[in-house]
Amino acid sequence: MSSPALIGSSGDSLREAFGKALSALADEFPNLVVLDADIAGGTGVHHIRKSHPGRFVQFGIAEQNMMAAAGGMAAVGLLPVVTTFAVFCLRAIEQARLSLCYAKRNAKIVASHPGLDVGPDGGSAQCLEDLAAFRAIPGMTVISPADATETALATRAILEFGGPVYMRTGRSPAPHVFGEGHKFEIGKGQIIRDGSDVTLIACGAEVARALAAAQMLEADGISARVVNMATIKPIDRELVARCARETGAIVTAEDHNIHGGLGGAVAEALAATVPAPIEFVGVADSFGSSGEPEELAYAYEIAAPFIAAAARKVLKRKK
Amino acid sequence: MTALPHAIPKNGPANDIAEIELGVSLEAQLAEAARRARMHCLAAIFHAGSGHPGGALSCADMLACLYGAEMNVWPSGADDPLRDRFVLSKGHAAPALYAAAAQAGFCDPKEALTLRKLGSKFQGHPHVLDLPWVETSTGSLGQGFSVALGMALGLKLQKNDARVYTLLGDGELQEGEVWEAAMAAAHHRLDNLCVLIDYNKLQSDAANDSIMKLEPLAAKWSAFGWAVTEIDGHDVEAILSAFRNAAVTTGAPSVIIAHTIKGKGVPMMENVPAWHGSVKMTREQTVDALTALGASAGEIEDLLNV
Repeated sequence: MSSPALIGSSGDSLREAFGKALSALADEFPNLVVLDADIAGGTGVHHIRKSHPGRFVQFGIAEQNMMAAAGGMAAVGLLPVVTTFAVFCLRAIEQARLSLCYAKRNAKIVASHPGLDVGPDGGSAQCLEDLAAFRAIPGMTVISPADATETALATRAILEFGGPVYMRTGRSPAPHVFGEGHKFEIGKGQIIRDGSDVTLIACGAEVARALAAAQMLEADGISARVVNMATIKPIDRELVARCARETGAIVTAEDHNIHGGLGGAVAEALAATVPAPIEFVGVADSFGSSGEPEELAYAYEIAAPFIAAAARKVLKRKK
Repeated sequence: MTALPHAIPKNGPANDIAEIELGVSLEAQLAEAARRARMHCLAAIFHAGSGHPGGALSCADMLACLYGAEMNVWPSGADDPLRDRFVLSKGHAAPALYAAAAQAGFCDPKEALTLRKLGSKFQGHPHVLDLPWVETSTGSLGQGFSVALGMALGLKLQKNDARVYTLLGDGELQEGEVWEAAMAAAHHRLDNLCVLIDYNKLQSDAANDSIMKLEPLAAKWSAFGWAVTEIDGHDVEAILSAFRNAAVTTGAPSVIIAHTIKGKGVPMMENVPAWHGSVKMTREQTVDALTALGASAGEIEDLLNV
């Protein structure tokens, strides 16, 4: 009998892009070590395990110990990258708080399997709270890249950045949003499609959906700007203010609870700069359930048509 | 990662342990250092108006041995990669750490009496950004052990021979993370890691036995793959001997289960759970406690009227 095919450990997922990038960067970052809790096949770090076995440290299924140990490894001069699923990062969030952020360690957390993008594993595994939770920790930078290209660039950027970072990747094969010349800078959002009536600000898997929504809106004669807001914290406040000033209405879109994540960060920035009406696309304060990611995007109303609907709704509130 | 040179400077500068008269044994010097550290702890907690005296007094002898004899640490080398590392995983015993470190010249003993006050570097639990020599911030039980393990693992990966020590409370062993770390340290054969357990049998609310039993404790660590030594944690000679055992153990981490008395040295506090928690000490209680520790009227005056 042949071996079973492992789902998702190949293809154009963000986790694979991260894993390949990490392996490619290992020689350039001699202090880089990767910490795994028995899911290297799922997080993409099986690549570096193979290419640089001496940089790969196994912690077993024990995320709290792994997270705090990363603080110790950083304290002795290594550059640790903690890898696990997003939902298991939550069980170690207090370790991230005290032993990484409070102690100001140069350690990175890279979480695969965020949001409804997890799919069939169901509600227990679909982490819809991580952006909010990690954003609330002082000193933590929070990033959610949109596609494989950006994930590879962001992987380099977080290794070059001095300080704790939480970065989401993704489980499922993801559409390509960016071409060769794409640039990524921590803390900077980008207008990836210009428009004048409304701005759709998205991160992660929702960026491709926001672009699709903008096309739907265009068919209705609505000019929608799309912003890729890969850094949730620190939020690019200047860009949020500029979009509010120039388009007068905002929609946020994220594969996350509508509370406390990208939508929360954008709303805070708006309130403090150029107040404008805002609608939030995300999972409406509920848990997920089993299903394929695209089915779930419709079931939980984060697919492109729902972003377009939110834009039409916010336009009615625009002064 | 290149191998680091192996020349490790020994404890350099003079500290007040070394100032004790010549001809006195190391053990006697360390016991005296611990006694004076206990006095300092109680004075700091008195000035703070709150703090955890019981568990600070129970680990004072171990800290005196670590800072006064065992560890290769010296104030001017607080960021030297070759230094040994100590992590106070039971972070609430911070006053005991500050007192021991002050004796070793890492901080000013008078300044350490600002414990728990607004603007003080001597927070209620140690914070590495305030005091770099505390190595990491602790206060959430279980985490310091994991951080120490990460240091030990990281030092091994870098072929650095420095050793890592961490002190855990007994109640702390109820944290699941402790056993995650215990499993990982043995799996990775971290013989550069030495855990000390301040086994004073009492925790915040009551005796370990009534809150959550720990026994058979030595058998548990042994089953997890650790080299176990069980000692009287107030016997300086036994502490030093346990460190020697740990130093020659290869292929496995070492744990020293130190049987101690909570509130050691102050009869009114010994084995009384009420002195664990964050308590406010009156001036009268503090004077009584300092007197019980053998403080002279002049020393009491110096410690309390700052």
